[in-house]
Amino acid sequence: MEIVVASSVGALTAAGVYLILRMRAFASILGLALLTYAVNVFLFASGRLAINLPPILQPYGDASYTDPLPQALVLTAIVISFGMTAVLVMVALGAYLESDDDRLDMDGTDQGLDHDGEGKAP
Amino acid sequence: MDLIDHSLIVIALLPFAGALVPGLMIRAGRNACAVFTALPTALALTMLLLLAPSVMAGDVITAELRWLPQLGLSAAFFLDGLGLLFAAMILGVGLLITLYARFYLSGEDPMGQFYTYLLLFQGAMLGIVLSDNILLLLVFWELTSLSSFLLIGYWKHLPEGRQGARMALAVTGAGGLAMIGGMLILGNIVGSYNLTDILAAGDQIRASEWYLPALILILLGAFTKSAQFPFHFWLPHAMAAPTPVSAYLHSATMVKAGVFLMARMWPALSGTDAWFYIVSSVGLITMVIGALIALFKDDLKALLAFSTVSHLGLLTMLLGFGTPIAAVVAVFHIINHLTFKAALFMTAGIVDHEAHTRDIKRLGGLRHLMPVTFVIGTLAALSMAGIPLLNGFISKEMMLEEAAHTGWAGSPYAVPVLATLGALLSVAYSFRFIAHVFLGPVRDDYPAKPHDPPFGMWAAPALLVGLVVLIGVLPHLAEPLVRTAAGAVTGSDLPYFSLKIWHGVTPALFMSGIAVIGGAALLAIHAPLDRVWAALPRPEAKVIFDRLVAGVVGLSRRITERSHDGAMSRYLAIFVVATTVLGAIAWRGGGVPAATRELLPIPPVVLVGWVLLLGATGAIVLLHRQRFIALVVIGVIGLMISVGFVYLSAPDLALTQISVETVTIMLLLLALHYLPKTSPVESGVARRLRDGVIAVAAGGGVGALAYTFLLRDTATISQYHLDNSYSGGGGTNVVNVILVDFRGYDTYGEIIVLGIAGLVIYAVMHALLNGPAARKLRNSDYTSTLSRDRHPLMVVIATRVMMPVAVMVGIYIFLRGHNQPGGGFVAGLVVSIALLMQYMASGYAWTQQRQRIEYHVLIGWGVVIAGLTGVGSWLAGRPFLTSAFDYYHFPPIEEFELATAMLFDIGVLLAVLGAVMLMLESLSRIARYAGETVNPEPMDYDPSQRPVAAKEES
Repeated sequence: MEIVVASSVGALTAAGVYLILRMRAFASILGLALLTYAVNVFLFASGRLAINLPPILQPYGDASYTDPLPQALVLTAIVISFGMTAVLVMVALGAYLESDDDRLDMDGTDQGLDHDGEGKAP
Repeated sequence: MDLIDHSLIVIALLPFAGALVPGLMIRAGRNACAVFTALPTALALTMLLLLAPSVMAGDVITAELRWLPQLGLSAAFFLDGLGLLFAAMILGVGLLITLYARFYLSGEDPMGQFYTYLLLFQGAMLGIVLSDNILLLLVFWELTSLSSFLLIGYWKHLPEGRQGARMALAVTGAGGLAMIGGMLILGNIVGSYNLTDILAAGDQIRASEWYLPALILILLGAFTKSAQFPFHFWLPHAMAAPTPVSAYLHSATMVKAGVFLMARMWPALSGTDAWFYIVSSVGLITMVIGALIALFKDDLKALLAFSTVSHLGLLTMLLGFGTPIAAVVAVFHIINHLTFKAALFMTAGIVDHEAHTRDIKRLGGLRHLMPVTFVIGTLAALSMAGIPLLNGFISKEMMLEEAAHTGWAGSPYAVPVLATLGALLSVAYSFRFIAHVFLGPVRDDYPAKPHDPPFGMWAAPALLVGLVVLIGVLPHLAEPLVRTAAGAVTGSDLPYFSLKIWHGVTPALFMSGIAVIGGAALLAIHAPLDRVWAALPRPEAKVIFDRLVAGVVGLSRRITERSHDGAMSRYLAIFVVATTVLGAIAWRGGGVPAATRELLPIPPVVLVGWVLLLGATGAIVLLHRQRFIALVVIGVIGLMISVGFVYLSAPDLALTQISVETVTIMLLLLALHYLPKTSPVESGVARRLRDGVIAVAAGGGVGALAYTFLLRDTATISQYHLDNSYSGGGGTNVVNVILVDFRGYDTYGEIIVLGIAGLVIYAVMHALLNGPAARKLRNSDYTSTLSRDRHPLMVVIATRVMMPVAVMVGIYIFLRGHNQPGGGFVAGLVVSIALLMQYMASGYAWTQQRQRIEYHVLIGWGVVIAGLTGVGSWLAGRPFLTSAFDYYHFPPIEEFELATAMLFDIGVLLAVLGAVMLMLESLSRIARYAGETVNPEPMDYDPSQRPVAAKEES
């Protein structure tokens, strides 16, 4: 089981890194989403893996449970990363609408020149 | 004996507290401003003098404000003899300077600012000499650099002032950085950042292999501050400051900070060959070079600046000798130098103020025009030259006495000869100060008609000269203070000494005689010497410094331009590669313990999910240019991860992941509507290959790391949460109890962050719709490509039927959250999905008409409710966010629990709901702006009609 989780984290990270190195905003957002998955699963796995031991206390007997702490941390991380993705999407959308272009890298003509607030003519 | 007296903290903080006042009081006039500057200083001085008797009796007074005692961080102050001497000097001269500056500054100078800076500087200096914690000392040390920068550059309109201030800041700031390193090493050796502990651990420090690096770094800080060779060049440039600043910073305080530090660290660092050779040699060289340059300076203040450099060299040399008697002489000379040099600076300021020039070549004969100034200046200068019956004579005699029997690298003559040379040059420039400014014939070409200044201006230097004479005639008056301070420097009992005028016929007397006669002779032939000096090629420090700075700036600019060229993919590649390489290096360091866990078995169904996940991940890399397909595929990944959470005992995570997945995909779909539907191929094969290699390396590293720790156990704090979840938090779902109770404060912060994210999106949307993008949106024809049946009847009916059910599910998930999987986060997401379905099926307009509460308000209420729940526990006398709970039983309902944590969770629910809805609503608003159809009655669809674009934002 451990190899399944570790390899999934590795594959998601690799794909995420590859996508954030692309030059378009949309690919980067996809890449960040994949990295988010990878990081969340990674953090979750730091509580070690356990099957059928959810951290819901049982009233009777000496039950054992998986580690609840990473789960609580990852839960908020999932929600927060949604907020982050949403902000990124909005910023990317705004940049695209203003500049008619969703490239991320500035080329020579972009650097420090086009700051008059008017988007380039379509 | 240690005494604890908290008035010490008040003394240290008074100047800072008072610093704000003069800046405000200037409206009440210049006198009021000066008075309110003098008040905190005088108050601090009085309190200090009240403490003085017990310090003179040998006590050490301490006071401490604890901050983070676990880390050794506290605002600890202590007052011993050395601290008392310096604190009294700083405050006493501070008072005199306040008086002098009141008359010196002209009406056009912003006096309030000046006094504010002066008090800030005074506070920083006081902090240095009173700190008992070296980290605190470092903070004050940097504060003196900063506040002296403000003071030196006070005349902002003068380019020399600005350049001098920058140079002083660069040099002393760089030295300060080195000193931080040295102090940290020192703290590391001793294991404490407390100065008292460090001073007591001298043997341990000197035996450490880190002694030399620490010594060099700390001395770099001290030498730059005290303008020791080769860092002496900044001090003359700092003379562009107003004269009160020069008199204060460059005679009594700032430049003495380096000397103070060497004296303070004397028990910990001195007594080795390294200390002797570095410190005494640097001091000796500085003393001779400073005096030599001073002789040929025509600017009065430059002459005094270099003479200060020379005298600081003398002090450094004495401390470098490392003998207790040399330390006594150093302490005595610190007092003497303060009195005559501050008086001389003020005299120079008076001459400049009255004659409108301080160029020696344009002065002369002032004794007739300014008799009072003449007396003051002459006495101070004679003391500087070391003439008997003035205090400079006694300390110079004692210095020469020490130098006379100090050998250097086997040579018994090097130190005495050079020390005599330094003294000789010192006599020469002191005599020159008198002869070329005050003596000689009265001239008729002064830029202004000189006359004596008002009493207020010459009172301060007169008082100091009074001290010069008093100590010169009755030196034993100063003996108790010198004895206490020197005892604090050496940290041990002092050998016998006594301060007196006549020491008998000693080598020092002959050396002194040679110096005075030689100095007078040198002055006689000054004119031809001056021509030779002018013709000699000399390295110009400022040019070298400027070239060095330009070089550094050029280098950093080249590095920045190369690495920071606007290409985001480049930054990210650099970041990923650097992180991976660092990780790999750490990995190679070894130290991984043996595996302690068994591998869990892999059932076939897990393999299916794994293949799906990897397949989808691969597909997204291959298909990411087809943006719509990529979104579908990413949904598969999210689903597999949710399933994985279920399988691996994390039901809460699974619920959250799947609902977040839903809203994320909706959001991306909405955004994709306005973005290009495909990405073009922009990078070549080589580039993609390079990125692929980086990606695989990073992914491999992360995977290997995950695998490694999955096989090993570590100590965790989780058992505490499991044990106390029910008894302390009243819930059986430990994850939820952690969120709303154990770590409730974190959760509180997180819902605020989420709310802020929602508001940011709303704000960006507003900016977009009021900017140039709005035109483009209006003129675009998105509608033509869409289906004509925007709101299919089936979907509309289905979502409306589902709405109450979905909200019910949300409430159910919320209520069970404390004991079963669920809770505010998930419930908020489920309810938002229920609402979103209405937006999607029935149209934005229809839904918005029925929306009763603004989503911002929802966020606000969420945060307020969560916050009030936390505050509520204050009423019960508990810390913020302590929860209370109890169980109730009303037949026929099952026994249930009510907890304040649930109230908190309602806040979480509302904030999450509001934030998610605000985000999606913002995007949908853009859609309406771009000409989405509006159908207030969603079921009146007429297939024969083209959709009518309604172009207003209602």
